[in-house]
Amino acid sequence: MTIGLEHYLTVAAALFVIGIFGIFLNRKNVIVILMSIELMLLAVNINLVAFSAFLGDLTGQIFTLFVLTVASAEAAIGLAILVCFFRNRGTIAVEDVSNMKG
Amino acid sequence: MTVADVTFYMFSTVMVIGALMTVTARNPVHSVLWLILSFLSGAGLFVLIGAEFVAMLLIIVYVGAVAVLFLFVVMMLDIDFAALKAEMAKYMPLAGLIGIVLMMQLALAFGPWTPSEGIETRLASPTPPLEEAHNTQALGLILYDQYFLAFQISGLILLVAMIGAIVLTLRHRSDVKRQDVVAQMMRDPKTAMELKDVKPGQGL
Repeated sequence: MTIGLEHYLTVAAALFVIGIFGIFLNRKNVIVILMSIELMLLAVNINLVAFSAFLGDLTGQIFTLFVLTVASAEAAIGLAILVCFFRNRGTIAVEDVSNMKG
Repeated sequence: MTVADVTFYMFSTVMVIGALMTVTARNPVHSVLWLILSFLSGAGLFVLIGAEFVAMLLIIVYVGAVAVLFLFVVMMLDIDFAALKAEMAKYMPLAGLIGIVLMMQLALAFGPWTPSEGIETRLASPTPPLEEAHNTQALGLILYDQYFLAFQISGLILLVAMIGAIVLTLRHRSDVKRQDVVAQMMRDPKTAMELKDVKPGQGL
């Protein structure tokens, strides 16, 4: 049995589910939530690259680059907000964040 | 099983285990290290499938930059992680339920399926044969030709993210002495020095 598209899609699906699982498992720890989001984006990238390779269309890999760009920008902004929040509150528990509620 | 199959199963197993350990590890530093392992295995999968450029980019951007950023933040903030992790068991049933439901939903898509008719003619940018252009060159040709606007906009996104991160984390601390360049340059001997005539044996 040779490795086909389905194998890559299965791995990506497992990774995506683990990412969602991590978000719900670490409700208070926003650092691990950010890492879970990175895992989900990696799953998306695996899907894009797998389809790109098996269909013979390079567009998927181009869009992987853009997803990578957005993911790194999101990580930088998210961690900056986290540092800012920790300075003001002294904790990173995000469950009861209501500072911006009117 | 060929070597490629064994490599695929090895990388994918390591990646899934690394992802699981990332979300369940007690120490967030270990979490980041497991995340790095997961991304390295993902890069291995990409090399296996023939996307070398994206694989190298994954290593440079994620392992080299994003993971180090996570490590810095985890180590810089003085957080009682044990208290945060103590309630993890409380969320375990709900998280497991959502994970299983989502897994079943994704499994619905699993089954025999094929691309529609005439997919070869509708490909937006077919992969050139290897002797014509290798992966990196082909990607560059498409990226700077058909997707130039998107490329510029992604550069703008990075610029905005950089400025935003600096603005968010910059603070002027009042208890630290800073260099005042103008004050330094405007100094002259008349205001900076005072001559005192000290009499012998008396002192000031």
